Order: sequence, then structure tokens, then C-alpha cells
Amino acid sequence: MIKKISNALNWILIGGSTLIVCLFLGVILFDIFSKGMSSLSWDFISQYPKNGMTTGGILPAILGTLWLTIITTIFAVPFGIACAVYLNEYAKPSFITTIIRASIRNLSGIPSIIYGLFGLALFVQAFHFGTSVLSAGLTLGLLSLPYIITTTEEALKRIPNSMREATLALGATQFETIKDVVLPKALPGILTGVILTLSRAAGETAPILFTGVAYYINGLTTSLNQEFMALPYHLYMLSTQHNAIEQVRPLAYGTAVVLILLVFTLNLIAFYIRFKQRTQD
Amino acid sequence: MAKKKRETIDLLFKLVFKATGLITIALLGGIFMMLVYNSVSFFIDVRPIDFFTGSQWDPESAKRKYSIAPLLVSTGLVALGSMMIAVPLGIFTAAFLSELAPRKVQAILKPVIEMLASIPSVAIGFLGIVLVGPAIANVFGIQNGLNGLNGSLLLAVMALPTIITISEDAINAVPKSHREASLALGASKWETLFKVTIPAATPGLIAAVMLGLGRALGETMTVLMATGNASMMPNGFLDSVRTITATIAIEMGEVPYQTTHYFALFAIAAVLFLITLSINLLGEHFVSRLRKFHA
Repeated sequence: MIKKISNALNWILIGGSTLIVCLFLGVILFDIFSKGMSSLSWDFISQYPKNGMTTGGILPAILGTLWLTIITTIFAVPFGIACAVYLNEYAKPSFITTIIRASIRNLSGIPSIIYGLFGLALFVQAFHFGTSVLSAGLTLGLLSLPYIITTTEEALKRIPNSMREATLALGATQFETIKDVVLPKALPGILTGVILTLSRAAGETAPILFTGVAYYINGLTTSLNQEFMALPYHLYMLSTQHNAIEQVRPLAYGTAVVLILLVFTLNLIAFYIRFKQRTQD
Repeated sequence: MAKKKRETIDLLFKLVFKATGLITIALLGGIFMMLVYNSVSFFIDVRPIDFFTGSQWDPESAKRKYSIAPLLVSTGLVALGSMMIAVPLGIFTAAFLSELAPRKVQAILKPVIEMLASIPSVAIGFLGIVLVGPAIANVFGIQNGLNGLNGSLLLAVMALPTIITISEDAINAVPKSHREASLALGASKWETLFKVTIPAATPGLIAAVMLGLGRALGETMTVLMATGNASMMPNGFLDSVRTITATIAIEMGEVPYQTTHYFALFAIAAVLFLITLSINLLGEHFVSRLRKFHA
């Protein structure tokens, strides 16, 4: 009898915990989507904000986030892949290699707001890029680097050594082996990691706070040295800084829906690539 | 292509790849130097003893109080609260995932956790304002639900995916023979789980908690939006608190360049950097112990 009760209690403890975790996700998605879907329309994503941002759409914020993600990609992806190639293909166990690996691990643990400060000190002030979409994109690029390096290295590790040896034996140089055999074969894995990292970067707010994001800009961001609007900051602003917070609540919910849909879409693409690759292997 | 040219290209790219590796060291060094340089400029103006022992953060008033104590207590309070919620939930969920869940349930739960991890922090902070805040105000009969408890709840949600994933790896890494030995001695499934498997996974579980804690301490947007941001020494979870990260986020946009206040924000960032760095290093230490133990 006692055994039965304690068994039941254990099930409640373990199963209940799992249910609560699922419930968290359920509540988050239900609240945002049930209240935000009604604000979603073609106009909402294709129009400028109007009347002091109490009506209208979020087009500049969507395009701003797009700009930002593109700059982050151009800067962080080649750099991250090159570093992963060095670590996995060239580096021999040595003092320097240990230091590089330790740096990457520690970089991924640094709070994102400190990347914001670093971006402010380096890009905005030292390099004189000013508060601009370029400074913010580069800052997000630095933040993304450790993740891209780690996931790319994982992908490179899965390529069997026999392929490298076969290519080298045919007379290819090491660089040719990497360029023509290793990287193409590792591409799906690299792509998965890159897309997941970019989805994270697109949702980040803290690193862009002081490096170029704006409350409101007139028109669209058209060049690298301009300030910009971004989806996550727009949501933050609408829910805390706006002077008619209750009135713009539907817009805030709508922005949250667009942001979460964007992140989930990127995640789904990444999962699809990973799934395809696993079934091929 | 001529052999000579191919070899030159090969050498050139080898150097390029190596340079990127060295730049990552420079990046970490650069961040560290930036924090040190600006903190030193701050400590020329303000005595370190006042910085660490005072009780007021009030750089705007005439008296100019720069004490990190209330911010540090706030940060610790919110992170501690979040761990009190996330650690049991995370470890039990990981135990369920790796020991009890059938394959089909696993196939549903893993994406759930990945989705939870991918939700942007600003969206979680938003829910703190519109959903959790009013609920807390109702339950406790207080006027404003933006307080330490709110922040703890939200940070728990944000730390859960990290804690669950690493805990699950740790529990999975316990050799099957441990479980079989325990079951063969007549222990029940539950006794085996609670008295053999989980204790054997302890180093990995500690690593999970450390990395989750590192995440909670460094999180900015959720606490900025959900904790009320009063810069006073908090008395409990129902007080409004203001963490180090939120203070930087609020004040950095307003301060004039290279004033004492500007440097002060770098000094509190340096303290946060050292705390998260040591917690992550401790976490890494336990992860590597786990690897050695089971290798």
C-alpha cells in the first residue's frame, strides 16, 4: 500500500515537472498568438507606423532586423567557419590551441549586454562608425561567433578522415581538400548551426541598445551609417517606453507574433536540413 | 594550375585560418581590457571601498552615490529565485526524458524544449508585463506585479532549456551497469533513479545548474522589463529590484561620454563579467570531469 502511494507520488513529481515545463511553452504561445493574431494583417507588415506609432504597421522594424541579420551573416559566418576549419583541420594539440578553445568557450558565456558595451567602445567610438546599423550588425556578429565556430566544428568532426586522406593521396593540397571535399560534405551541418545562430541573433535586443537601434526613424534605413528600427527593440519600446502603452498593446502583441514566427521559421528550416541529412546518412 | 601557385595558395590560406583563431583570443582579451581600462578610470574617481560597501546606487542626484551593493543583491536575488524554480523542474524533466519517457513522448518533448529555448528574451519579458505581472499583483494583493518574483519566474523559463539539456546528457552518461546492479539487488525503479542514477550524475547536474545560473545572471531584457527597476536595496521577492544588466541597459543610453557615471557602468559590467566567467569556468570544470569519468 505504502509502496503504491510512494510510486504514485514519484510519478506525480517527475511527470508533473515535465508537464509544467510543457505548460510554460503552451502558456507563452497561447497568450501571444491568441491576442496577437487579430492585429496581424498584410497592412501590419507592409506599412509604416502612423500617428505617433499608435496605428499602422511595422515595416521599418522588419526591414531593420533583416539588414542587421545580413550584416551579421556577412561578418560572422566566413570568420566563424574559417576559425572552425583551423581548429579541426590544422591545429595540433598545443598551448595556443588550448587557449583558443578556452577563449571561445568563455566568449559564449559572456552576457549579451557586455557585447553591447564592447560594440559601443569599439565600433561606435574607436572606429567612428557611430550608432548605426553597421555597428549593431558587427556587434551581433561578435556575439554569434562562438556559436558558429562550435557548431561548424561539430559538423567538420563528422566527416570521416578517410575522405581527407583519399583526396590528399590524389595529390590535392590541404586547402584544396578542405575547399572541394570537406566543406561541401559538411555544408548541411554548418548551415543548420548558422541558421540557428542567426535566429538567436535576430531576437537579441541588449547588444543593439547602444550601438544603433532607434525608437523611430523617418522612412527606411538605406545606408550602413544610419540608425535603424528592429523587431525586438520595437516590442520592448511599445511595451515599456511608449506614452500610450495600453493603446498600443495590440500592436505590441502583433510585433511579438511576427518576431516569434520569424524565429520559429528559421528554426524549422534548420531542423528540416538536419532531418534531411540524418535520413541521407 | 602550376604546382608553385597551388602551394602558395595553400600556405596563404593556412595563415588566414590560423589568424582567425588568434583573433578570437584577441576578442576575449579586448573585451577584458575594455572593462579593466574603464573600471580603472572609475576607481580613480571613486574609492573601491565605497563602491563595494555603500548601500545606494544614485548617480543622478547631487550626492552621486556609486555603490554596486543594491544591484548585486538584486541580481543575486533574482538569479537565486530562478534557480529555486528551474533546478528541480529541470532535473526532474531530464530524468523523465532519459529514464521513463517512451520514444514517442521523447520525440514530442525534445522539440518542445528547443522551441522554449528559441523564444527571444524580449518576448518573455513582454509576457512578464502583460501576463505574469497582473497575476502576481492579484495573488499577493499588491499594486504592482513587476518585482523580483516576476523576474525569477521568467528567468527560470529562460534557464530551463539549458538545465534540461545538460542534465539529460549527464543522466544518460551514467553507465547502464549501475542501474542493472541496483535493480539486481532488489531496488525498485524509483529507488534506482533517486538513489543510484541521479547521485551518479551529480557532477553533470552541477554543471547544468552552473551554466543555467550563468544564463540567468547575464540575462538583460527579461529583467529589465519585468522587475520594476527601483534601484534600492531589496527586502524580498515582492520588492522591485534592479539588476546589474538592467542598470547598464537603462543608463548607458543617457550618460555623457567618459564621465564618472559612464565609467561606473563599465565597472559594474566588469563585476558581472567576473561573476559569470567564474560560474561558467566552474560549470566547464564539472563537464570535463564528467567526460573523464565516463570516458
